[in-house]
Amino acid sequence: MSPTTPAARPLTRRRPTGAETSAERLAARIRRHGALSVLALVVLLAAVFSPGFASTDNLGAILGNNAFGWLLALGLTFVILTGGIDLSVGSMYALGGVLAAWAAQHHGTWAAVLLPLAVGAAWGCVHGLLVARAGMAPFIVTLAGLLGARGLLQLITGEGTTTYLVPRESAFRALGEGTWTPVLISAALFGLGAVLLTRTRFGAVTTAIGGNEHAARLMGLPVARTKTLVYVLSATLACAAGALGSARLGSGVTTVGVGYELTAIASVAIGGTLLTGGSGTIGGTVAGVLLLSVIHNLIDRSASQYGSAVTDTVNGAFLAAVVLAQALLDRGRRDE
Amino acid sequence: MTALALAGAVRGRGPALRLLRRYGVYAALAVLFLAAVVLDTGFLSAGNVRIQLFQVAPTLLVALGMALVIGTEGIDLSVGAVIALAAAVVPLYIGWGLPVALLVAVGLGAVSGLAGGAMVAFTRVQPIVATLALMIGVRGVASLINGASAKPVTDPALLSLGSDAFAGVPLTAWLAAGCVALTAVLVHRTTFGRQLVAVGDNRRAARLAGLPVRRVLLTVYLLSGVLAALAGTVIVGHGAEADPANQGRNIELDAITAVVVGGTPLAGGSVRVLGTVAGALFMQLITAVLTQHDVHSSITKIVEAAVICFAVYASQERGTR
Repeated sequence: MSPTTPAARPLTRRRPTGAETSAERLAARIRRHGALSVLALVVLLAAVFSPGFASTDNLGAILGNNAFGWLLALGLTFVILTGGIDLSVGSMYALGGVLAAWAAQHHGTWAAVLLPLAVGAAWGCVHGLLVARAGMAPFIVTLAGLLGARGLLQLITGEGTTTYLVPRESAFRALGEGTWTPVLISAALFGLGAVLLTRTRFGAVTTAIGGNEHAARLMGLPVARTKTLVYVLSATLACAAGALGSARLGSGVTTVGVGYELTAIASVAIGGTLLTGGSGTIGGTVAGVLLLSVIHNLIDRSASQYGSAVTDTVNGAFLAAVVLAQALLDRGRRDE
Repeated sequence: MTALALAGAVRGRGPALRLLRRYGVYAALAVLFLAAVVLDTGFLSAGNVRIQLFQVAPTLLVALGMALVIGTEGIDLSVGAVIALAAAVVPLYIGWGLPVALLVAVGLGAVSGLAGGAMVAFTRVQPIVATLALMIGVRGVASLINGASAKPVTDPALLSLGSDAFAGVPLTAWLAAGCVALTAVLVHRTTFGRQLVAVGDNRRAARLAGLPVRRVLLTVYLLSGVLAALAGTVIVGHGAEADPANQGRNIELDAITAVVVGGTPLAGGSVRVLGTVAGALFMQLITAVLTQHDVHSSITKIVEAAVICFAVYASQERGTR
């Protein structure tokens, strides 16, 4: 703790006032955008010290290959803002991919788009109702969802023995091609998400629930409805992301998505959204997913010659370091 | 739908219903046990019971540590990685004898647990994120040590720990039972247990009341690491091979499930040690019954998901959030 920090901060973030020096103002700004600061620093260092990092090919690979996975973190941001958690997004991603490939193979492009969206929305609705209406712990509900979605996926694919291919001539494939299509789709959805969070009643209620659910209910805000909707949003986005992923790969891979939820949660947390809810931004999540993707790419490029063991170790150490740095930059946002 | 109605009925406010909620997991376990015996006359054969105990013991060891961590409103995702770490070091040190190998494994588990505990206790990092980073890192270290290949182990003492029985009950089950007893005493009969529950109930209040919050947090994560390392050693002994790439995968979810089905709230502030045992046995029985009747693993997963939901829903009091 720096000596200038008072022991108990007010809950609102301090806006810099004229009484502060410009250095303090800058420090406060860096603290508020911890993930972005770290991201800028990492990119700068990488561009200088890692030959080839800043090449168009490499940047294209970072963006294009990960863009759909980022959508998991977008949906999760809303869930986490309400103080909940959604562990099922990895399974939903895999399920969406298989459903899309199956539909593309049998019923054409529109089915490939609509079926995953419908299944995701329905599945998310079940999560939401169990959490919001039955008052169950989100961790448990979505853990069950993780298991159930994997089960359903295995059922559809005959225990993983059947791989559905997206037909080569299917227009559906265009959605996942190249570098920029995925990035544009992802960016557009993140933009919509930001508007939804900051410019609509739904977004305001979402944040209010995480801040103090009881108070939100007493104020007459539609708490249960909003909570249900964030789980619908999260599952739908995860399923859609999986569908887009299968458009990119050309098939519904049954084994993808394992552990994706953890990466997505980490992205959201690194982006400065409190896992206890009530405070966070879509911009922070964008910085979080970019930061993790960049780190992953850097480690892959520099450590892959030593094998995946080294890659994993460095990755974990780096993730820990980033999370710690972000937490330290983010002082004073919680009283503990 | 009848299941929902039944669960709803259980959530009422009478004293009888409260008892049922409190001891529901034991009732469910009894019902399931009877069903298993009725469905399969060979279920109670000594051989089968032994197999079930062998399978559940490691999960139970991990779940005990997890219950302590969850009691402090934390979560430990690194337990599977610690098992992999134990599997990686045991073959290296088993030449010195089982005690040395066990000490090294448990020591490393303790170090890993301390690292997670330190992150939770001294920084504002949330447990799920801290132990997630730890999980990735520790798994990496495990494969660094071992490479990615499975290694056979032949040390007679280790194999005996993993596969032999005393008085008809597997040694691993005795070990798990001993750990259950110690954990129960720790939680329900010691000052530390009271402190742990207080920290989980309200960390800030506990700190203001002068409790050693950081020491409590460090200790529970340390214990979780130690128990996971112990479980890892047992798994290696039972399988007669060390396979860090695969051993311990997904055990964190099994352990969390056992703890929660056993009635320990994820919000902390209460630890149900015996409930955790019942929860672990319950999930083990479901899997056993379904696989013995040749139900596909996909259906098994869906049933498990439904059971978790039902158990948690039924154990809540109406109107509590």
